[in-house]
Amino acid sequence: MVANVLSIKDLHVSVGDKEILKGVTITVKSGEIHALMGPNGTGKSTLAHTVVGSLRYKVKSGELLINDINLKDLQVYERARAGLFVAFQEPVSVQGLRFINYLRTAYSSLHPDEKLEYKKFIEEVKELLNYFGLDNSFIDRGLNEGLSGGEKKRMEALQMLILKPKFIILDEIDSGLDIDALRVVSKAIAKAKENGAGIIIITHYQRILDYIKPDFVHVLINGRIAESGNGELAKLIEERGYEYYRGGEVDAKVE
Amino acid sequence: MQKWNEIEVEEAKKLNEIKYDFVTNVKPAYQVQKGLSRSVVEEMSKEKKEPDWMRNIRLKALEIFLSKPVPTWGPDLSELNFDDLTYYIKPEDRKANNWDEVPKEIKDTFDKLGVPEMEKKYLAGSVAQLQSEGVYSRLRKQWEDKGVVFMDMDSALQRYPDIVKEHFGRVVPPSDNKFAALNTAVWSGGSFLYIPSGVQLDLPVQAYFRMNGALEGQFERTLIIAEPGASVHYIEGCTAPTYSQYSLHAAIVEVYVKKAAKVRYTSVQNWSDNIINGPTKRSWIEERGRMEWVQGSLGSKITMTYPSSILRGEYASTSNLNVALAVGPVWKDNGAKVIHAAPNTSSKVVAKSISGKGGMSVYRGQLRINPGAYNSKASVQCDALILDDISKSNTYPHNEILEESASFSHEASVGKISEDQVDYLMSRGIREEDARSLIVLGFLDDVLKEIPLEYSIEFNKLVKLEMSKYGAVG
Ligand SMILES: Nc1ncnc2c1ncn2[C@@H]1O[C@H](COP(=O)(O)OP(=O)(O)OP(=O)(O)O)[C@@H](O)[C@H]1O
Ligand SMILES: [Mg+2]
Repeated sequence: MVANVLSIKDLHVSVGDKEILKGVTITVKSGEIHALMGPNGTGKSTLAHTVVGSLRYKVKSGELLINDINLKDLQVYERARAGLFVAFQEPVSVQGLRFINYLRTAYSSLHPDEKLEYKKFIEEVKELLNYFGLDNSFIDRGLNEGLSGGEKKRMEALQMLILKPKFIILDEIDSGLDIDALRVVSKAIAKAKENGAGIIIITHYQRILDYIKPDFVHVLINGRIAESGNGELAKLIEERGYEYYRGGEVDAKVE
Repeated sequence: MQKWNEIEVEEAKKLNEIKYDFVTNVKPAYQVQKGLSRSVVEEMSKEKKEPDWMRNIRLKALEIFLSKPVPTWGPDLSELNFDDLTYYIKPEDRKANNWDEVPKEIKDTFDKLGVPEMEKKYLAGSVAQLQSEGVYSRLRKQWEDKGVVFMDMDSALQRYPDIVKEHFGRVVPPSDNKFAALNTAVWSGGSFLYIPSGVQLDLPVQAYFRMNGALEGQFERTLIIAEPGASVHYIEGCTAPTYSQYSLHAAIVEVYVKKAAKVRYTSVQNWSDNIINGPTKRSWIEERGRMEWVQGSLGSKITMTYPSSILRGEYASTSNLNVALAVGPVWKDNGAKVIHAAPNTSSKVVAKSISGKGGMSVYRGQLRINPGAYNSKASVQCDALILDDISKSNTYPHNEILEESASFSHEASVGKISEDQVDYLMSRGIREEDARSLIVLGFLDDVLKEIPLEYSIEFNKLVKLEMSKYGAVG
C-alpha cells in the first residue's frame, strides 16, 4: 500500500479577529492513530474545521497538505475528494434529506470511477447499521434529523467506514456514547486503520484510547501543541490534568 | 476534478430540452383568427357542433369576462393582451383511441414526453391534448366494463350531454374570476372522468396537456365525478416549449367527490418560462368524502393557482400539498382555499416554496370554518426557503374561524439554507450546488414523497436543474 501523509505545518488560524491556532504541527501517515487532547476552547475543533476548509476559519499562515496536494487551494468538497473525512463534534441535520440519498450522492462524488450498485450499497449500509446497533429505519430518516447524540456519533462512524477516506479526523466521536456503543465505534476506528487510513482522534477521555491505542498523543493548549508523546502521555494527562501546562511551562514543552 | 455531477446536470438539461422544449410541426386542421369576440366564440361552438345550451353558457361567460377587470392584487399581468391571443387551435380532426392512429408528428411529440410509455407501465387510462383539442384517449377495458368513462371533454359533451349539463359550471361558475369566465367562454378540450358508485381504480389515470405555440391560449376544462364510494387518482401533466412571447393557460377543473368517495388530484407542471398560468381548480366534497390535491409546480412566468375544497358533508376531509419553485424572473402565486361547511370536517394544507434568482413566491390562502361546522379541524403550514438576497416570499393567509368548537392551527416559516449544512455536505465530497439542491429537495420532501415515484424521479432532476442555475459560487 502506498503510504499517504497528511501534514499540518505551523498552522495559524483566526476566527474573526481572534487568533485561535498559533502554530500547530502534526504529521499523520497512513495507518497511524493520533490522539489530540486539550482543555475546552483551546482550538481542537477549530483545527478540524480548518482542515475541512470551512470559510469561517482563516488560515493566516502555515501549510496543509495531503502528500503534495495543497489543501489550502481546494474547496471543501475537493478536500474530501482528496481523501479527507471529518466527523464533526456536532453534526448538523438536514430536514427531509434521506440518509441513503445523501450517502449515495456522497459516495459517488468521492468515488466517481466506481459504478455504484445501489442494491449492494443499501445492503452494505444495512449491515453496518446493524453493526452499530441501529435499525434499518435510519436509512430513510432525514440526515441527522431528530437523532440522539449517541446515534449521530454512530452514524458518523458508519459514514467513516462507507466512504473509505484516506485521512480521518474524529472530533469527540466518543462523547455521548454508551459503553457498548463506545466499544463498537472503537472497533470501527480500528477497522478504518486496518484499511490504511491515518486517523486523528480528538478526545477528552482516556477511555476510548484504552480500546484503540494511539501511536501519538498531542496536547493542545491555547492554540499550541504543548507536548507530544506516545500512548503513555494520555495516561499522564489523566493523572496530572491540564494545570500542569499552565504558567510558563507551555513554551518549554514545545518540541 | 471529477465531473459526475456536471454530467447529471447536463443530463437534466438535455432532458428538459429534448423532452419538453421542442415544437411540434403541425399545420392546424382548424383555427380561429386571433383575438376574442362574440363571433370567435360562436364560431368555435359551431365548429364543435355543440348544443345551444353550451353556446349560450359560453356567450354569457364572455360578457362576464369582458365586465371583469384584470386582477391587480397579485403578479403584474400588464403584459397580457387578450387581443393578441389565438383562442382555439385544433391540431387534428380525428381523435384516436390507439397511438398507432395518431398522426406521426403528434405521436412523436407524446413519445418524447413519455406519455404512451407511462400509460403502458403505470396507468389505467390516458388522455392527451395538443393545443386546444384532445388527440388521444384510452381507458383500459376492465375499467370501461365497470362503467368508468375517461375521455376528452368535447367528446364527453357529445356522448354524455346530460351528465355534462348537470355538472358543468356549478363548482366553478364563470363569475368566480376573470380567468374562469374566460375559460367558460372559450373552453376546449380537457378531460371528463366519471367513476360509477363503488368503483375503485387501483391505477391512476392521466391527462397530459401540451401547449405548442407562442401567443396561444389553452383553456381546457376538466370535470371529475366520483360517485358514492368510488375512488380514483387523477394525474395531470402540463408542459410547453419556450418562446420569447407569452402564452396563456387558464384551465378549469371541477371535481365532485360524492358520499365516501375519494379523489386524489396530482398535478405535475413543468412550464417553460413564457407561460402565464391561471387555472381555477375546485372540488365539492360530500359526507365522508375525501379530496387530496397534490401539486408540484416548476417553471412558468406567472402562476396563480389556489385549488379549493368545499367540505359540504359531515366528516368530509381534504388535504392540499403544494410545492412551488420560483427560480428566476418568476412569480408563483399559490395557495389553497378550504371551506368547512359541515360538522366534523377536517383539512390539512402544506405549502412549500423556494424562491431564488429574483423569484417571488407567494402563499395566498383562505380558510373558513362556518358557524355550525362543529368539531372541525384545520391546519395550515407554509414554509418558504429563500435562496438569495434578491428573491422574495410573502404569505397572505386569510383565516376565518367562525365556529367555536373547531380547532385550527397555522404555522409559517421563512428560512435560508444554513452554511453549516452546506459545509457538512461538501465535507463529504458533494459540490456546493449539489449540496444546495439536496437541501432544497429535503425541504420539499414532505410533499414530493406524495408524488408517484414515476414522476418524482424526474421532478427531482428538474429541481436540480433549477438549482444548477446557481453554479458553484463561493
Ligand atoms: N465559528 C466561531 N466563531 C467564534 N468563535 C469561535 C468559532 N469557532 C471557534 N471559536 C472560538 O475558538 C476557541 C476554540 O474553539 P474550539 O471549538 O476549537 O475549541 P475545542 O478545543 O474544540 O473545545 P471543546 O473541547 O470544548 O470542544 C473558542 O474560544 C471558541 O469560542
Ligand atoms: Mg471541540
